[in-house]
Amino acid sequence: MRKIFDIHGGVHPPENKVQSLSRGIESAGIPPVLVHPLSQHIGAPATPIVEVGQRVLKGQMIADAKGFVSAPVHASSSGTVSTIEHREIPHPSGLLARCIVIDTDGKDEWIELDPVEDYTALEKADLLHRIRDAGIAGMGGAGFPSAVKLSTRDDVVIDTLIINGTECEPYITADDILMRERADQIIAGVKILQHLIQPTKQTLIGVEDNKPEGIAALRAAAEGSNIEVVVFPTKYPSGGEKQLIQILTGREVPSGGLPADIGVVCQNIGTTVAIHRAVQYGEPLISRITTVTGEACSAPGNFEVLLGTPVDYLLKLGGFQQDQCIRLVMGGPMMGFTLRDTAVPVVKTTNCLLAPTQKELPPPPPAQACIRCGMCAEACPVSLLPQQMYWFARGKEYEKLEEHNLFDCIECGACSYACPSNIPLVQYYRASKAEIRKQQQEKVKSEHAKARFEARQIRIEREEAEKEARRKARQEAAKKKAAAGKDPIKAAQAKAAPAADPAQAAIEKAMAKRSGNAPEETNEEKLARLKKAVETAEKRLESATAKLKEAEAADAPNLGALQTAHERMTEKFAKAKEELQQFEQASTEAPSTGDPAADAIARAQAARAKNADKSPREKAEEQVASLEKRLSKSEQKLAEAKESGSETAEVLEQSTAKLRDKLDAARAELAQLSESEAPVAAAASTNDPAQLAIEKAMAAREAAAKLSPEDKAKKALESLEARVEKTRTKLAEAEESGADTVDVLRDTLAKLEDKLAEARKEAGVEG
Amino acid sequence: MIELLTQHPFIAALASLAILGLAFGSLLGFAAVKFKTEGDPIADQVEALLPQTQCGQCGYPGCRPYAEAIAEGDAINKCPPGGEATINALADLLDVEALPLDAEEESVPSVAFIREDECIGCTKCIQACPVDAIVGAAKHMHTVVASECTGCDLCVEPCPVDCIDMIPLPTTVQNWSWELPKPAEDLIATDRDSNSSNRDEAA
Repeated sequence: MRKIFDIHGGVHPPENKVQSLSRGIESAGIPPVLVHPLSQHIGAPATPIVEVGQRVLKGQMIADAKGFVSAPVHASSSGTVSTIEHREIPHPSGLLARCIVIDTDGKDEWIELDPVEDYTALEKADLLHRIRDAGIAGMGGAGFPSAVKLSTRDDVVIDTLIINGTECEPYITADDILMRERADQIIAGVKILQHLIQPTKQTLIGVEDNKPEGIAALRAAAEGSNIEVVVFPTKYPSGGEKQLIQILTGREVPSGGLPADIGVVCQNIGTTVAIHRAVQYGEPLISRITTVTGEACSAPGNFEVLLGTPVDYLLKLGGFQQDQCIRLVMGGPMMGFTLRDTAVPVVKTTNCLLAPTQKELPPPPPAQACIRCGMCAEACPVSLLPQQMYWFARGKEYEKLEEHNLFDCIECGACSYACPSNIPLVQYYRASKAEIRKQQQEKVKSEHAKARFEARQIRIEREEAEKEARRKARQEAAKKKAAAGKDPIKAAQAKAAPAADPAQAAIEKAMAKRSGNAPEETNEEKLARLKKAVETAEKRLESATAKLKEAEAADAPNLGALQTAHERMTEKFAKAKEELQQFEQASTEAPSTGDPAADAIARAQAARAKNADKSPREKAEEQVASLEKRLSKSEQKLAEAKESGSETAEVLEQSTAKLRDKLDAARAELAQLSESEAPVAAAASTNDPAQLAIEKAMAAREAAAKLSPEDKAKKALESLEARVEKTRTKLAEAEESGADTVDVLRDTLAKLEDKLAEARKEAGVEG
Repeated sequence: MIELLTQHPFIAALASLAILGLAFGSLLGFAAVKFKTEGDPIADQVEALLPQTQCGQCGYPGCRPYAEAIAEGDAINKCPPGGEATINALADLLDVEALPLDAEEESVPSVAFIREDECIGCTKCIQACPVDAIVGAAKHMHTVVASECTGCDLCVEPCPVDCIDMIPLPTTVQNWSWELPKPAEDLIATDRDSNSSNRDEAA
């Protein structure tokens, strides 16, 4: 005889099991509507894989598991998906959750199944995959996905496989009837689990001694196998997983640990049958045995019910009398919860529907003060101190609660049952557990938010620093340009370094730093450097000339290249010479201070002084020459830009046009000057363009003043006509390109035309 | 020397006390230098208790500055997202009186939501978000990454078209929890009648 261990505490509530055992398992049939909640298990809700309006077959997967701890959902009869929406689900909160609703067609047409002839030939992973795909979740009440529970790590040795047929809660007989009628299926399922788990020592089926018929049937079915049916005295809550393990093996699951930690795997017998059907016949979990009982039911019994069947449909079969029922409970009287609505469906974990009368299960009397009798501590199967935890829960001392191992509480309700003051102790523990979990989640979330906040701060600081560095680099580059403008190599290097590239930027920065020091060179040094540059340029030019001559004599193929090189050398030499001259001039005229800006000013002043000596005509000639140079350069650039299709072409075109205008103006001035040679007001002219413009305007006024009023009117008319013409062409252009300036241009044109008409009238009147 | 000390126990006592004082003093001084704590450990502990929403409702730019202010002696009741739980935790830590919250009400945990068809893509909310929970680019629609949002509502104010809503987090089956029962035994026996409707009508 096997040694049976005992658990601490426990209570003996009235069993009330006989009522529902008068009949065998009856089929509940096909309801008109099936409601499949996406979350019938512990873990992530499944994801729908069917669409509204789609026809589904019996056993077809309609929602797939999402994540590791999750289980798929299958249609339990054939029909059409009528909607996927939020509906009330069987949950203590009475909240809504997503459900797939199927209108059944009554044909009960199976999808093609994939049965396994010989499961012993299957790999462990393959077998687990089948169990997972069948959507099997613990059917004893918790609903933990079975495949997850069965996938033990390879390094963990399981010596004992325990099948839980305890069913310790009052009223429920779903497992009992399963043992009586389907013992062979249970044993077949256990054998599959044995193959899957490979328990090294023993396989036990634990059953309380209040089910003699079930025990006899199981023993008969297990005959000749190594499966042992163990019977032990009835006590609530010996059906708890950890309690059953302790009763059968004497081993205690450590606090916060799993049964696998002590070499045990435990499964409910309902789950075992589901695994058997999934492996042997390929049938997913689409139905279960549910007990309908209570005094408000005239025909209590056990029903094989399709998952998703609305509770009110099932209750009708049990002869439910609404007016007598005080509250409808899903699950047992100890751990079940009250349903608010009878439209909710039967799910994978629904082992019982209890419809008690007022007399049978009166509402709990109001709680009274705790008298510290200690009966709760005596009843607790986990040897906790419920009374102590009650005070901590009321005072919200969560740390103390955790110290008192609140999380080992299995919420069996034995303490509340034992309490003479009717204090709903379990409620306190449930609420406190939830609050502690919430705080832990918030802690994790706040840590995460903090990390992100800090990362953002660092990023902003870095960006600021980079911006500052770029700004500084630009400043330095500008300074260097001003200072070392005469150093063509450096300038070229600086130009070549694009600011975007960090490495180049670093070089640029370094260069800028160096150039920052560069202005410190004395005038003598600079003079020497420039002289040297001239010398080297001269030497190079000489050698280039010599080479060119040689090549010309020999008619070498690289003649073209040599010619261009020679030209470049000539240019460079000229430039270097010019620089040297300029510097010499500057250093004689204004002793350099070493400051680049001051240098530049000094140079400009010198240039102005030189300009002042020149006659206006000379100046104008010079201007024309420089403008011509600029114009040709910009034309060249424009051509290049156009060729390469660059975006700058437009801008360049504009600037070229402007330059051309300026050149024309300058030429006109020159012509005027050379005509009159009169040093009139122009004598005071400076290089200031604004002043020049004013002067021009003054001259024009003077000239205009000399004109007769008729001439004046004529001239105004002409200019207006020209402006109108110009605006028209512009408008046409704008219209063509669809520019947004069209409206403005039209307005302008209209105004100008008005003016022109007025002017014409005036001219006509005067003329 | 020994003779002097044995002859005059008073001097001996003085001398030994002085030597002991010197020895321990130097030990303490050494420890103070050697084991000097960097930063402000109290501010760190306070910061660990704050909810890190970075909402600035306390008047400080973020949770860290408020934690530092509390360590300097500021009131502990200025954090609406933390609510009573945070105040109690802070009161425990600092051993001060737990004060009622200095705000109209505890802020409900919520998440920002951008009505995307109204968004003009100004990026103002992105700049305001303390935890980079808003994605989008200039002249493109923005959206909130709900899992990263702390519900601080700092993005609501800068939005020029008022297209951001603060939506309270819904209670789902996943985050629902049992309520703590209301202790009924605090009522006196005559008021504890479960058939309370009659009494209400009488009142």
